[in-house]
Amino acid sequence: MKFSEKWLREWTNPAISTTELVEQLTMAGLEVDSVEQVANSFNHVVVGHVIDIKPHPNADKLKVCRVDVGSEVLQIVCGANNVTQGVKVPAALCGAEISPDFKIKPSKLRGEDSFGMLCSAKELGLQEQSDGLLLLPNDAPTGKLLREYMQLDDVCIEVDLTPNRGDCLSIAGLAREVAVLNRSDYMPIQTSASPAVIDELIDIQLSAETACPHYVSLVINGVDLMTATPLWLTEKLRRSGIRSIDPIVDITNYVMLELGQPMHAFDKDKISGALTVRFAQQGERLTLLNMQEIQLTENDLVIADAQKVIALAGIMGGAETAVTSQTQNILLESAHFTPEVIAGRARYHGLSTDSSHRFERGVDMHLQQVAIERAQMLILQITGGQSGQINPVLLKENQPRQINLRHNRIARLLGVVLDKTEIEDILTRLGMILTPDEMGWQVTVPTNRFDISIEEDLIEELVRIYGYDRIEATTPMFTLSVQPQSERKITLRRFKQLLVDRDYHEIITYSFVAAKTQALITPNIEPCVLLNPISEELGVMRTSLWTGLLQTYLYNKNRQQQRLRLFESGLIFSQVGEEILQSPNLAGLISGDISPAQWGEPLRSVDFFDIKADVEAILALSGLHQKVSYLTAKHEALHPGQSAEIFYGDESIGLIGALHPSVAQKLTIKAPVFLFELNLTAIMPTELPKFATLSKYPLIRRDIALVVNAAVSAGDIQQCIAEVAGELLVDLQLFDVYQGKGILQGDKSLALGIYLQHHDRTLQDEEVNELIQRIVDALAQKFDAKLRE
Amino acid sequence: MEKLQQYLHEALSQIDEANTLSQLDEVRVQFLGKKGLITELLKSLGKASSEERPILGEKINKTKQAVQDKIQAKQIKLKEKTLADELGKEAIDITLPGRGKSVGHLHPVTRAMQRIEDYFAQLGFDSVSGQEIETDYYNFDALNIPTHHPARAMHDTFYFDEKTLLRTHTSPVQIRYMLEHKPPLRMIAPGRVYRCDSDLTHTPMFHQVEGLLIDEHTTFADLKGILKNFMAYFFEEDLAIRFRPSYFPFTEPSAEADIACVKCHGKGCRICKNSGWLEVLGCGMVHPNVLKAGGIDPERYSGFAFGAGIDRLAMLRYEIDDLRVLFENDDRFLQQF
Ligand SMILES: [Zn+2]
Repeated sequence: MKFSEKWLREWTNPAISTTELVEQLTMAGLEVDSVEQVANSFNHVVVGHVIDIKPHPNADKLKVCRVDVGSEVLQIVCGANNVTQGVKVPAALCGAEISPDFKIKPSKLRGEDSFGMLCSAKELGLQEQSDGLLLLPNDAPTGKLLREYMQLDDVCIEVDLTPNRGDCLSIAGLAREVAVLNRSDYMPIQTSASPAVIDELIDIQLSAETACPHYVSLVINGVDLMTATPLWLTEKLRRSGIRSIDPIVDITNYVMLELGQPMHAFDKDKISGALTVRFAQQGERLTLLNMQEIQLTENDLVIADAQKVIALAGIMGGAETAVTSQTQNILLESAHFTPEVIAGRARYHGLSTDSSHRFERGVDMHLQQVAIERAQMLILQITGGQSGQINPVLLKENQPRQINLRHNRIARLLGVVLDKTEIEDILTRLGMILTPDEMGWQVTVPTNRFDISIEEDLIEELVRIYGYDRIEATTPMFTLSVQPQSERKITLRRFKQLLVDRDYHEIITYSFVAAKTQALITPNIEPCVLLNPISEELGVMRTSLWTGLLQTYLYNKNRQQQRLRLFESGLIFSQVGEEILQSPNLAGLISGDISPAQWGEPLRSVDFFDIKADVEAILALSGLHQKVSYLTAKHEALHPGQSAEIFYGDESIGLIGALHPSVAQKLTIKAPVFLFELNLTAIMPTELPKFATLSKYPLIRRDIALVVNAAVSAGDIQQCIAEVAGELLVDLQLFDVYQGKGILQGDKSLALGIYLQHHDRTLQDEEVNELIQRIVDALAQKFDAKLRE
Repeated sequence: MEKLQQYLHEALSQIDEANTLSQLDEVRVQFLGKKGLITELLKSLGKASSEERPILGEKINKTKQAVQDKIQAKQIKLKEKTLADELGKEAIDITLPGRGKSVGHLHPVTRAMQRIEDYFAQLGFDSVSGQEIETDYYNFDALNIPTHHPARAMHDTFYFDEKTLLRTHTSPVQIRYMLEHKPPLRMIAPGRVYRCDSDLTHTPMFHQVEGLLIDEHTTFADLKGILKNFMAYFFEEDLAIRFRPSYFPFTEPSAEADIACVKCHGKGCRICKNSGWLEVLGCGMVHPNVLKAGGIDPERYSGFAFGAGIDRLAMLRYEIDDLRVLFENDDRFLQQF
C-alpha cells in the first residue's frame, strides 16, 4: 500500500516528522518499504497562462509563446505539440533549478529570445514518462508557485503490509493506526446519501448467502465521462501509484484507497434485467476488463444479469458491461464478499487486482453504505448526473466477535506484567469494547479486524502498541537436560571433516537437476518430476549426488581447474510407484593429479585405488571397512571393469568406480573421473569398541607368494586365507601384486604377509607349517593357485 | 733429556698441524707407537742408573700422558669437524614447500550451520533433519495456513502433485517433532528449503534453521533473550537487536528480528540499504492451533519458534556479497573457507 503523507494527515495529524512517522509505522508492524518525494525538488516554477502563440520563424517544430506568469508576461520558446493558446502549464522562470544540474537561464533558441521553460510532468519528476506539457486545470491561479498549487512538498510512503492487516489497505485504516499510536485526533470524512432525483433501481438477488451477504447498488443516469477528473484527485491516485483512466474509474479507485471498499461500475444500458450474485456453473465463460477470457468453475462467485455473467465478483468486471467514454448511465456496486470465497480465485485465474487483494484479506461489512455515499457525492460533483436511491440488500447482520481475555494469560505469554489500566487504554484506543469479568475482560472486536479471533491475537495487539522493545529480554529457565549423543553413531559432521582433512572441498548444489543429464547417470531410476520447475535444467529431483558433482566438475574444468576433489551430502529422491523415497547420501568425485603440483616427486593421476582409500577411511570411521565386500558393479554410469558395489552383508551400501567413458563423452568430460556414493543411513551406525586382552606370545609372520590367473580377485584369496587360518590370523597384508617378466601371460603374482598368534601359548613351528600348507592347499584347490618358485 | 723436551715440542706442534684423523694417527704412531720415539725412550730406561730411573721414568710418562691427552682432545675436535662437514653436505633448502596433499574446505553454509548447531547444542537443543518433499498438510495446514490463505501465495511453492511439494520452510519439522516427542521440547531443524523464485537476491533453494522451545512457562521475553544471545554468539559481537511486530500464521504474537548492521554498526551502508539494520529472522510464540496440531495442550504449555536464513547469516559472517556464488561451487570460492 502506497500513500501520500499529506493525504494521511488530512485524517490524523500527529506532531511528528516524516522520519518519526516512518519509524513508528515500521515498529508497529507496518513495515515501510520506501519513502519517495512526490516530485523533484525544483523551485521557481509557477502556473503559466499561454496567452498567445506564434510559429518560430526559423524552426518548424518550435513555437514562440507569450506566457503570463502573474507578475509579468514572458516570451518563451517551446517545442511541445500540445501547447495551444489559452492553456495553463507549469512555467519555469529564469533562475529556476529544475534539477541540480539543470538551471533555467535567458537564452536564444534559433535566434528567438526565450525567458524560461514550459515543463512536462516528466521534467518535474511527477511521472516516469510524459507526452507533451503538463496541462493544468483552467482554474489554476496564474502566477501561483506550482509546488504550493499542487501541494508537492509531500512524500509517497510505501508500506509492506502483512496479510493479516487488510484493515490498513486504506487511508482510513492507516490513519486509525497512526492515531492510536500517537493518541492524535482521528478525523473521518462524513458522508450522507444524496437525495434521489430519479426513481430507478436494478433488482439484486443474493443467491450465495454466505459468500455475499451484503450488496449495495445505485443507478446514476446522465454521467458525462468526457469531463476531466480534478487534479487533486488524480494527484492522490498518482501518489498511490494508480493511473487516471476516466472519472468514474478514478472515483471508484479513490474511494477504495480512501475507505478500503473496492467498488465496481457497470454500464447500466448493457445490463439486461435483474442481477444475481451466485456461483458460476461449470462451462460458463467471461471476458474480463483486461480482455482475458476465462473459463469459470463452480468455485467462482459471479455477478450475472438475466442473460450472462457480467463480473467475477470481487476480482474484476467483464469487458462487455464496462464503462466507456460513451457511457451515460451507470450502475454502481459496493458489496461485501467473504475472504474465504475470494481467496485463491484470483490466483487460480492468473489475476491479481487491488480489489481481490482487499477482499481476500477482509473488507469491513459496515463499509458498503458509507463508500457508496462517498462515491455518489463525488460522481455527482464531477461528472454530473441524476442519482437514484441507494439500494442496500443486506441478508445478514454482521455480529462483532467476542473474545475472553485473561489478565494472567498476558503475563504468562509475554513474560511481563502489564498494568490493567494500560491494557484497557490500549485496547480501547484500538476500537475494542471491554467488559470486565472475573478473569479479565470480555472484548468485542471491531468488524474491520478480520485478523483478531483468539485471545493470543488480542495479546499481540496489546504488545504491538505497548512496544516489543519495552519487553525486557530474559534467559529462559528450563530443566537441565542434555541431548543424548550416542557413541554408536558416527555423525555426518565427522564424515565431512574426514573428507575435508583428506583434501576434499564440500559443495552444495541444487537438489533439482536437468532430467537429461540425470538420465545418463541413473537411466533406470524414476525421478520425482516438478510440476512447476524454474527451468528445464532444474526439472527433476536428483536420484544420485553424482549429477551435481559432475556438473560442478564441468563448471570448474571450464575455468581451468584440472585437479578437483569434491564431495556433497544430502537427500536423493526417487519415485517408486506411488511412493517417494528420500534418503541421505554422501558422495565424492576426484579427478586430476593425486596432489597439487609439487617439486621432487613425479605427479600421477588419481586412480580407482586413491578414491577407494578415501572410501575405506570413511568406512573405517564406523568400523565397517573390514566387514564390507566389494563386488563388481553393473552400473550405467560406471566403467564396467573399474567399479564396485559395496555390500555390508546382503545390503548394498554404496558404489565406487571410474565414470563410464561413454557417459563421460556425452558430458564432454575427457579426463578420468572417479566417483563414490554411500548411503549415510547404512554407514552411520557403529559398534562400541570392546577391549580384547593383548597376547603375550610371539607374533609369527609367514610370507607366501602365489601365482594365480589374473582374473582371480585378491579379495577372494584374502577371504579364503582368513577362513582357513581362523582365530590364529591377526593380520593379513597384501604387499605386492606383480605381472610381467617371470610370470606367464594371463597370470599374476600376489605376495601376502600372514601374521599368526595364539592367545594362550607360543605357536610351534610344526603347527605353523601345517597351517600354511593347509592355506596353500585350499588356495590351490579353490583358485588353482601355485606357490611362486 | 733434551730429546724428551724436543719430542714433546715436536709432538705437540704436529698434533696442532694434523687436519685429519689419519694424520693424527700418524703422529700417534711416530711418538707413541710400538716403535715410537717416546716409546723408545721408555725402552732405553734400562740403561739408566737406578737413582735416575724413577725420575726419568716419571718425566717420560708425564710427557707421554701429555701427548696422549692432546691427541685425544684433537681427536674429538676432528671428529666434530668431520661430522659437521658431513652434515653440511646434507643441508637442504628448508624453504621448499612440504610435499603431499593439502587440506580441503567446508562450504561456508555448512560452517555457519555448524556454528548455529553448536550454540543450540550447548543449550540442550536437539538437532533434527526432516524430509524435503513434504505434504501440503505438514507444510501448510498444520501450520495454520489453510488452502486459500494469502500467506500461501507468498510461498512460491514447487509442486509434484496437488498434495505433494518441496517444503517452503523448515517449519514442518516442528509439527513432526511435536508429534513424536512429549514436552518440554527443545529442537532446531537446519536444512534445505525451496521456493519457486530465482533472481539476484533469491535462489530457488536455500537453507533455513527452524527452532522450537516448548515448556510450561516459556514467554516472549525468553524468546528475545535466547535470540539476542544467539546473535552475539554467532557474530562474536554484542550486536544491538530489535524486534518488530510481524505476521506468520503459525505464531502469535509474531516478530521479525533485526540486528545492527554487522558492517556499519547502525550508521548505514550498502549492505543494510542505509537503514543500519539487517533483517535476520522471523519468530514468535507458537500459535495455539499449531500446538494442537502437534498434540500439545496450549493451556498447559507455551512455546516459541523462530526461523532464520542460514545463507544470509553465512554471507554476513564471511562478507560474501553475491548470493549466487554460494551454489556455483567455484573451486576458488570453496578454497576460501
Ligand atoms: Zn550497514
